[in-house]
Amino acid sequence: MSYLDYTTGDPVADARAPEGPIAERWDRRRFEAKLVNPANRRKQTVIVVGTGLAGGAAGATLAEQGYRVVQFCYQDSPRRAHSIAAQGGINAAKNYRNDGDSVQRLFYDTVKGGDFRARESNVHRLAQVSVEIIDQCVAQGVPFAREYGGLLDTRSFGGVQVSRTFYARGQTGQQLLLGAYQALSRQIAAGNVEMHPRTEMLDLVVVDGRARGIVARDLITGRVETHIADAVVLATGGYGNVFHLSTNAKNSNATAIWRAHRRGAFFANPCFTQIHPTCIPRSGDHQSKLTLMSESLRNDGRIWVPKQAGDTRAPADIPEDERDYYLERIYPSFGNLVPRDIASRAAKNVCDEGRGVGHGGQGVYLDFADAIARLGRAAVEAKYGNLFEMYERITAEDPYRVPMRIYPAIHYTMGGLWVDYDLQTTIPGLFAVGEANFSDHGANRLGASALMQGLADGYFILPSTLADFLARHPHDEVPADHPAIDEAVTGVTDRLARLLANDGDRTPESFHRELGELLWDECGMSRSETGLRKALDRIPELREEFWRRITVPGSGEELNQSLEKANRVADYLELAELMCLDALHRAESCGGHFREESQTPDGEAARDDERFAYAAAWEFTGSGAAPVLHKEDLVFEYVHPTQRSYA
Amino acid sequence: MNLTLRIWRQSGPDAKGAMTTYEVSDISPDMSFLEMLDTLNEELILRGEVPVAFDHDCREGICGACGMVINGQAHGPERTTTCQLHMRHFSDGDVIDIEPWRAAAFPVVKDLVVDRTSFDRVIGSGGYITVATGSAPDAHATPVPKAAADTAFEHAECIGCGACVAACPNGSAMLFTSAKVVHLNSLPQGAPERETRVLDMVETMDAEGFGGCTNTGECATVCPKGIPLASIATMNREYLRAIRKGA
Amino acid sequence: MALATRPEPRTDKPAGRRTDTRTPRTALGRLWRSTIGKKTVMAVSGLFLLGYLVVHMAGNLKVFFGPAEMNDYAHWLRTIGEPVVHQEWFLWIMRVALLVAVVAHAVAAYQLSRLDIAARPVKYVHQRRRASYATRTMRWGGVIVALFVVWHILDLTTGTVNPNGEHGRPYENIVATFSTWYGNVIYIVAMLAVGLHIRHGFYGAAQTLGAGSASRDRALKATADGLALVLTLGFLSVPIGVMTGIVE
Repeated sequence: MSYLDYTTGDPVADARAPEGPIAERWDRRRFEAKLVNPANRRKQTVIVVGTGLAGGAAGATLAEQGYRVVQFCYQDSPRRAHSIAAQGGINAAKNYRNDGDSVQRLFYDTVKGGDFRARESNVHRLAQVSVEIIDQCVAQGVPFAREYGGLLDTRSFGGVQVSRTFYARGQTGQQLLLGAYQALSRQIAAGNVEMHPRTEMLDLVVVDGRARGIVARDLITGRVETHIADAVVLATGGYGNVFHLSTNAKNSNATAIWRAHRRGAFFANPCFTQIHPTCIPRSGDHQSKLTLMSESLRNDGRIWVPKQAGDTRAPADIPEDERDYYLERIYPSFGNLVPRDIASRAAKNVCDEGRGVGHGGQGVYLDFADAIARLGRAAVEAKYGNLFEMYERITAEDPYRVPMRIYPAIHYTMGGLWVDYDLQTTIPGLFAVGEANFSDHGANRLGASALMQGLADGYFILPSTLADFLARHPHDEVPADHPAIDEAVTGVTDRLARLLANDGDRTPESFHRELGELLWDECGMSRSETGLRKALDRIPELREEFWRRITVPGSGEELNQSLEKANRVADYLELAELMCLDALHRAESCGGHFREESQTPDGEAARDDERFAYAAAWEFTGSGAAPVLHKEDLVFEYVHPTQRSYA
Repeated sequence: MNLTLRIWRQSGPDAKGAMTTYEVSDISPDMSFLEMLDTLNEELILRGEVPVAFDHDCREGICGACGMVINGQAHGPERTTTCQLHMRHFSDGDVIDIEPWRAAAFPVVKDLVVDRTSFDRVIGSGGYITVATGSAPDAHATPVPKAAADTAFEHAECIGCGACVAACPNGSAMLFTSAKVVHLNSLPQGAPERETRVLDMVETMDAEGFGGCTNTGECATVCPKGIPLASIATMNREYLRAIRKGA
Repeated sequence: MALATRPEPRTDKPAGRRTDTRTPRTALGRLWRSTIGKKTVMAVSGLFLLGYLVVHMAGNLKVFFGPAEMNDYAHWLRTIGEPVVHQEWFLWIMRVALLVAVVAHAVAAYQLSRLDIAARPVKYVHQRRRASYATRTMRWGGVIVALFVVWHILDLTTGTVNPNGEHGRPYENIVATFSTWYGNVIYIVAMLAVGLHIRHGFYGAAQTLGAGSASRDRALKATADGLALVLTLGFLSVPIGVMTGIVE
C-alpha cells in the first residue's frame, strides 16, 4: 500500500470549548476547570520541552504556581530559543490609540487573515488574552518603545488598519523572550524548575495511553535518560527547517513533535507553511540559513525586476521604462503592501520567468531611491538604519546607493500537533503550545501574532487547562522498569547506534540540503499535483538512501553535533512526506498554501469552503505507511468566510 | 580564496587540547565565518575525521550562541557576532587562529564549545523583576520616561554571548552583569528590588569565578551589541548605594 | 546507555566556581568580600594617596627657592596643628593614615590580582596587544612604586642611605641624593611609574566609585592624563634642577 492511499477515519472534534457566546467561553472554561490544591501541586511534575516564548512562559508560570517543573532545551541556555529572533512586534487589542481596535476586531482580523482555517473559539480567546500579555511583560521590565509622555508606543503592522502592535525597536522577540527567561531563571534559582540545558528530547513515553515522560539525550555526555512526569508540554517550535534554508535557527528541529506524532498525537495541517517575502537572497551554495528583514521595508521600498528576461545590467543602468514594478502593476490599490503570501508568490513568478536578479536569478529589487529622493536620506536612515546596516554587513552592498535584493523564505509553520481548546493533543497528558501546535493562525499568520500566541499559550492558557488535567488525573508512580519506558529508550539508542554504525559516504547536511531543495521546489510557495506527486515519489527513495549512505563520525558518548543533525534529518525525511501528502490532498488554495490548480481567473488563490473547511489531522500508522486523515470541521458562527481580494 | 586555519581541538572537558592546522580552499568572500567552518566540517566528515564542534544557532546575530576568538579577538576583526562576520574581511593565504572563549567560569566542553551556564546563574540570582503571572497592573499604570526606557533598552540588548568575558584579561563578567542591572534598575518596575538585585548579582558573579574589573575597556570594544563601558560605572554606583543603604 | 527514571540534577560544581560563598552579615563585610568592594577600597585609598602626592609635589618645588625656604618649610611641617596638638603629632597622624592607605591599597590589589589571574587560567595562543601601556603595567608599576617608597623613606626621611644624611637639612640631603647617578636613576624611573600608575589609576578609581558615564568619559581621561603629567613633571623637576645646576 502506498503512502498516497491514505484513509479517512472518524472526524476529530474539539470537546473542550464550552458552548455559549464566544466572548464568555474562556471564562466558562476556567470556571469549569478543576483546581489542584496548592499543597498537592508540589507532588505533580510537569515536563516542559523548549524554552522559547511559549515554553519559557509556561515553565515560569507553572513553577510559580507550585508545580514541580522539569524543563529542557537543546541550547546551552534557555535564553537562546529562536523566539529571540522575532523582530517586528506583538499584537494586543489594547486600543490605547482609540482607533477602533477591540478584542472583537483582533479576533475578526485573525480569523480572516488565517483564510478561515482556524477554530473560532481559540482565536477569540487569543484576542482576549492579548491584553494581559502586555501588562505582564511591562511589569517584567520589557523595554517596549515609549512616547515622550512615558506611555507605550504602538504601530500598525502588516497592512492592518489599527495600531495594535507593541514593539521594542527591531528586537521585540528578544526582549519578550528575555522577560520570560528571567522569570524562568528566578524559578530555577528557587529550585522550582529543574533545568536541563543542552538536552534534546528524542522520544515520548506513553504509559497506558497517557503521556508520562520523555526520553532525552544529554548532548554533552551523550547519555540517554528517561524523565517521568504527570504531564508533558511540548513547546518546541515549528518545523520550517525541513526546508533546509529557512529563517529558523540552524538547530530548530521537528524531532519532538514528530516523535509525539509517531506515538499517537495527530499532526494537523502540515502543509500550512508561511513564506516571508523580504529575506536576503542566498549568495551561493554554501548558504546555511536565510536572514529575514522586517516587512516594514515594504512601506517605503518599491519592488521591481527588469522587464526583459536575462537582463544582466546593473540596476542603475536599467532605465525607468525598462523596469517592471510588478506589485504596483498587478495590485494597484495595495501595491507593495499586499499580504505576505501574495508578495512572495509574485516574486517567484517573475523569477520563474527568468527576470530574477542576483545569484541564480533568485531575487527581486527593493528600491529605496524614490523614498530617499522624497524623504531625504536622513529620514530613511532614521526609519530603517539598522536594517540597512544588517543588509550591508551580509551582502557588502550599500542599500542607500544600490537597490536591495530580496527573496521569499520559509519563516513560520502554521501546522503542528493537533490540540483541543485545552491545548491538549490526542494523547492525554501531552500538551503542545506555541508554534508547535497547529495553532490559531489557520492557513496564514498575521504579522506580530506569533509572539502573541506563544505568550498567550504559555503565560495564561496552558497553566489553567493543565491544572484541570492534573486535578482530574491524580499523580501515580510509574515503575522505572515499565516496558513502555524500556521500549522507548531502546528505540532511541538503537536508532542512534544505527546512525553511528553506518559505513556511508554522505553527510547529514547533504541529505538535508537535497530534501530542502526538493520541498522548496514542489511544496514551497506554489504547489501542483504533478510536483507533489514527484516529491512523494522521491522522498521515500531519499529516505532509503539516507539510511544506506549516511555517515556520522565520532561516538554517541560525547558532544556530537553530526549525530544530532543526522537524527533530526531522519525525522525531516518522514515529516516531509506528510507535508506533501497534506498539500496534495488539500486541492484548494488558502493562505500560505497555494495550489496551482485552484486559482481565480486572474491568478489569485481560490479557496474551496465546500470541500475543505476543515483542519486535517493526520494519524501516524508507520514510517512510510499511509496515514489516516481525521477531519475537524470548522464552523464559523461569528466571522463569515469571504474571499480575500487585494486587487 | 585559500586559507590556513589553526583551530583549538580538545576532545572533551578533561582532555588536553592543542592547536591543529587545516587548509580550506575555494572559500567565497560572501560566506559567513561559520559557513566557512561548515565547509571545513563537511570535508572532515567525508575524510572520516571528527568535525570541529562550535556553538551556533540563529546565525543572525541575536541568540548569542556563537562565539570564538579569531586571531586573538573575540568574534574576530569586525565588531559583530561570529555568525555575522563574513569572509570578505580576510584575504587569500591568511592564517587564521581560532580558539574558544578562555575563562575559568567558561570551561571548555569540546573544541570551541564552552559552558556558559555561569551566566544563567548570575541572572537567576537577581536579573529579573518579581512578578507572578497575571498579577500585573495595566501596562499604562506606570509611565516610564522615554529616557529611562531608552537606557533600559540599550542595556537590555545584551545577547549573553560572553565575548566581554573572553576579551577581558581578567575574565570578568562586569559588562554582562552591569547590562542587566542597569536595564532593570533604570525602570520604575525594577525599583523595589533595586538594591538586592545588584548585591546578589555581583555576589554570584564573584562566586562563579569571574575576575574583577581593571577598566581595560576590552569588553565594550568587542561587544557585538555595543553595551557601553559606562554601564560598569553605573553598576558600581548602584552597588555602593546599596551597601550604603545596608540592604 | 539507558538510565533509571528521574535522575538527580547534576551536583558537580562547575570548574571555575569559588567554594566559599557564605554571605557576610555586615554591609562592610559584604563590601570587602566582593570584587567591587575591594576595588572601592583601592579607589578610596588611591585617591587619598594621590591627594597626598599633589601636596608633596607642591612642597618639593620649595627647593627652587633656596635652602633657607626649603628647610623652613620642612620644619613647619613638624609644627602643623600646634598648639592644639603637640609638635610632630600631625605628622605622625599623617604617616599612620598613609601607612593604612598603602597597606589597604596593596592588600586589595594583591587579592584582586590573584582572583583575576585565577579567572583567566589559560592564555590565548594568539596574543595581541590589548589595553594601553598604563593599564597593563598597573601591577608591576605598583610594586616598583612600593619599593621606591621604602628607599625614599630610608633616603630622605630617616637619612639612613642618604650620602649627606643630616637631620633638619632636607635641602642638602636632596641635593646629595641627586648628585649621585643611582639616586637620579631610581627616582626618575619611579616617578615615571608613578605617572603611569596615576594615569590609569585615577580613571579606574572614578569608574569604580561610579563617577564614569559616557558623557564624562573624555573629561575623566583628560583629568587623569593631566594629573599624571603635572605630578610627574613636578617631581622630576627636582632631580633635573640638581642635575642642571639650578639647584645646588
